[in-house]
This record gives sequence, C-alpha cells and structure tokens, in this order.
Amino acid sequence: MPITYTSNEQVEVYRFNLPAAILIPLIAVFLQAFVPLRFHFFSIFDLPLLVVIFFAVARRSPVAGLLTGAAIGLLQDSLTGHPLGLYGIAKTVVGYGASSLGVKLDVENAGSRFLVVLFFYVVHEIVYFTIARGLVGLTLQWSWPRELGSALANAALAVVLFALMDRFKQRT
Amino acid sequence: MENLISRYRNVTILVAVLFFQVLGLAMQVRRSTQDESTRLIRVWAVDAVTPFEKGIVWFQTSVSNLFHNYFYLRGVRQENRDLKLQIERLRIEQVRLNQDAEQARRLQALLGFKEQFISKTLAAQVIGSSGSEQSRSIYIDKGSRDGVKQDMAVITADGVVGKVLRVFRSTSQVLLVNDQTSGVGAILDKSRLQGVLRGTAVGEVVLEKVMSDETVLPGEKVVTSGGDQIFPKGLAVGTVTKVSPGPELFLNIRVKPAVDLSRLEEVLVITQQEEKEPALADGAAPMRAADILAQRLPSVPDRPPDDPDKPPPPTSGLKIFPAPGTQGTTAATATAKPNGTAAASHARGDSGSATGTVSATTKPADNSSAVKQPVQKKPATPVGAVPDNATGDAPAVAPSHQPQLTPSKQGQQSQPAAIQPPQEPPQ
Repeated sequence: MPITYTSNEQVEVYRFNLPAAILIPLIAVFLQAFVPLRFHFFSIFDLPLLVVIFFAVARRSPVAGLLTGAAIGLLQDSLTGHPLGLYGIAKTVVGYGASSLGVKLDVENAGSRFLVVLFFYVVHEIVYFTIARGLVGLTLQWSWPRELGSALANAALAVVLFALMDRFKQRT
Repeated sequence: MENLISRYRNVTILVAVLFFQVLGLAMQVRRSTQDESTRLIRVWAVDAVTPFEKGIVWFQTSVSNLFHNYFYLRGVRQENRDLKLQIERLRIEQVRLNQDAEQARRLQALLGFKEQFISKTLAAQVIGSSGSEQSRSIYIDKGSRDGVKQDMAVITADGVVGKVLRVFRSTSQVLLVNDQTSGVGAILDKSRLQGVLRGTAVGEVVLEKVMSDETVLPGEKVVTSGGDQIFPKGLAVGTVTKVSPGPELFLNIRVKPAVDLSRLEEVLVITQQEEKEPALADGAAPMRAADILAQRLPSVPDRPPDDPDKPPPPTSGLKIFPAPGTQGTTAATATAKPNGTAAASHARGDSGSATGTVSATTKPADNSSAVKQPVQKKPATPVGAVPDNATGDAPAVAPSHQPQLTPSKQGQQSQPAAIQPPQEPPQ
C-alpha cells in the first residue's frame, strides 16, 4: 500500500542546508526555462512544481511549504510575460496542501510519491486556470486528456527526481 | 481571539499570503494598460537565471563552431562551387528584381506613399524561454546596453518572430507572435485584406477581424501591414492553413507562422526604422498627378515656328523619362522639340514653362482623345519647355503612362507619335 496513515510521532521531518534550499529551486527554474529551447517536449514538465512538492512533503511544515511554494512560484512568474502571482498563488496552495498531507501520511515510497504528484499537479493546474481566467482574463482552454497526460508524465519524473533529491535531506 | 489565531495559524498565514498575491495580481492587471516598469523581482530572477543560460549557449556554440570550422570540412569545395553558381543565378535575378523595385518606388513616390525601411538591425542569440506553455516568450542575449528598447520588432530571415516585451541590462524578453497577448497588424498578400494576427491559448496563430463575406483561400501568404507601428510593412508572417466561419461576422483564419518558433537560435532585432518616401534612383522631386496629366495632354506653342517650312511644333511639356538606371541625360535628350532635336537646355526645369503646363491641365479631361488629335492653338509655352517641376532628373512616369514613341530620323531623338501635328505637310 503506497500511502499509509501515520501518527505525527512516526513521521520524520527533514531539513535542508541553505545552499541546497536555494540552488535546487534555482536549478529547477533554470532547467525549465532552458531545456524546452532544445527539447520542446520538455515543456510538459513543471520542475519547479515538483521541487515545491518535494520540499513541502519533506519538511512537513505547512507554513514552510506555502512560503516555499510562493517563492518558487513568483520566481517562475518572473520569467513569463504574464503578471506576477499566477504561478505564485497556485504553488502556494500546492505547497500548503502537500505539506499538510505530508504531516498525516507517509509519502516516502515511490508509489505514494507518484500519486501525490499526480493529484497536486491537477490541483495546481485547476488553481492556475481559475486565476488566469478569472483574474487576469487569459483565454485558456482546459483539456482533461492533456492535463492528465502531463500529470502522469510529471508524476513519473517525480519518482526519479525525488530519489535524487533525497540525498540532500538532513534529519532533524 | 488570540487562541483562535494560534489554533489556525497555518490557515491564517495561507490566507494572508494568498491575499497579498491576489492583491498584487489585481494591481498589475489594472496597470497593464499603462506603461509598466519592470518589477525588481523580474530583474532578480532574470539576473539569477540568464548568466547560466548564456554560459551554456556560449559553450555549446564554441564547441559547435570548433567542430564545424576546423574538423568537419568534408564537401566544402563542392559546396563552394555550388554557392558560386547560386550567386550567379541570384545576380541575374537581382537585376530583374531591381528593375521591378525601381518601378514600384517610382509609382509609390508619385502617389506620395511613405515607406518604413529597416535601417539598422542587431543580431542576438536566443538563450532561454519563459518555461511556461501559457506564456510564449524567449530571452535573447542583448539588452539595454546594446541599444535594445521595448516594442522593437524581432525577426529572422524567414519572417516575424515577435516584439521586445521587457528589456534588462544585458538580456531582453521577446513576446512571440503565437502568445495570446500578442498582436500584429497583418495583411493577406493577394487579396490585400487586413486583419490582426493573434496567438491562441494552445500556441496557434490566427488572423482576426477579416469579414466573413470575404474570400480567403488556404495557401495565401500573410505579411505585416505596418499598421501597428512596430513591424515594418511587408515582412513575412506566415501562410493561411485553414479558413472557417468564426465568431460574429468574422472569419477564423488559421495561419502557420513563417518562422519555426519552437526552434529559434538566432534572431535580428530591428533597432532602427526610417519612414520616408521611396527614394528614386535619379533623386528627383515627386510629381503631382496634375503634372502627369499635363504631360499627357497636348499644349499649344505660344509662338509660330520660326521657319515656316518646318512643321509646326508638337505639344510641349511631353517628356520621356529615363529608364531605371539611366540618369537625367536621357530625360533631357528625350524632351520633344518642334524640330525634332533634343532640348537638353530646357530639360532642367524652366519656370517659364509653368504657364503652359497649367494651361494644359485645364483642358478637357478626355486626354486620350486629346493626345491622339491635338488641337493647334496659340502656343502657351516656349518650344521644348517642360513643366516646372520636371527637371532633367525627374522621376520617370510608369511606362504605361507614356505615349507610344516612334523613331524619327536617324540620329534624332524619338518623338511621340501620338502628338505629331496633324497639319504636317507631306515631304
């Protein structure tokens, strides 16, 4: 069973050293901006979102999770041509949700990570879509097949990526 | 109360963070119509990311150049020979195109058109993208210190790429034409229908504001109209791929961009444009329509011929303009004189001829019959005079506007056959 209910005492809380906490989001944003130029298919991935989920579930602190989400989201917004806050709001919600889930559930194994990322990717897209259409007036088109396909791709990538980023975890 | 806040501390912080972001978003949306200055967070983000991008692009280019310029030279000689042949073919084609272009410029000058010319461009390398499917923009390695400014047009050899959205010190953000917030004034190449080119949410490009009762066929080229004051007129934008009825009274015209926007490596930023009337090869002042009409109408000599044996003078003011590439001498020698010789001395603009020109324009508008059967009246201009604005290096009228010329005696200049005096005594 991939997702197991645990008590707070059973859940391990991790922290990250400062260089890792700064460089990992920066590298994720950099790769997100650079790689699609050479490999266009890469644009279906959302590396900053995966980083937000990873930090949120590892730290298991809702406040830290939402602040991490807001910071990375605003950084991502800064590179787009749209107003600041679209990704910021969406990733704040995801950061808060993922860390809240991390407090209650053990999401350390690959299966649980896959499902968590699958779920929060869709949440992220729904929040982004709502804000973009409702507040900014962008004409986005929602397509379930496309969104689910992207969610599956991101979830699969997250399993590999999270295993790599586990090396930067430090027990509290 | 305090207990309540501490109990719901996480939710409170979440609501506060979301509230401030929504507030900031709303303020940005409200200000979007005004001239928005670049926010500091954007500057920081770009400064943090673009140096790495520049470094990787530089390394990649260097390795690629090293390989292609020093190691991979197989077939260069053959390619050189092919390119030389291609140059020869293009030179021949260039001569023909030059003639067409000169003719077009002359006609534009006659109509007082103003053209936008690309006078300066800046080559830039694409170093990054927005990283979002919803925002289609790229980053280039040239910024304000290189002279890039907001709203400058960005193109490639194939066509339009987009416009500069934000300028940083050493980089710039370029909004691609397939972004849904972009707009380009465009015109269909054959039907000359104007519209606005916009991107869609899924990255396609559509031409809007074309009425549904117009006929647009797939395959038609779309070029810039110049109406947006950003892109010069005539740049390739794309090709119509699909036409269907759209919302309201407009057509939904899908356009395939001329440039592959997903594989951009190098672009050109148009840093300077000039708007001027097309320059003529001979540098003459533009002619008015009345002047052209005057030349096509016969005028009457203001005095009788000196020699009664000689035929009466033909109409004045008629002038044969130089062919492209030939300068004022042709115009001068082609000016009609009653004795059939060239009037080079008068060909540089004679103020005294103005009367004759004006009087000619006041004649009946049926110039075709007037030219064919000129009426002999009292001459109003000196013999061989030309309109005051028609100098020896005056702009040539389009060939279709010229009366047919027939050669006279050998060694003499051609005279317009249509204006031969009808009373000419038989030799």
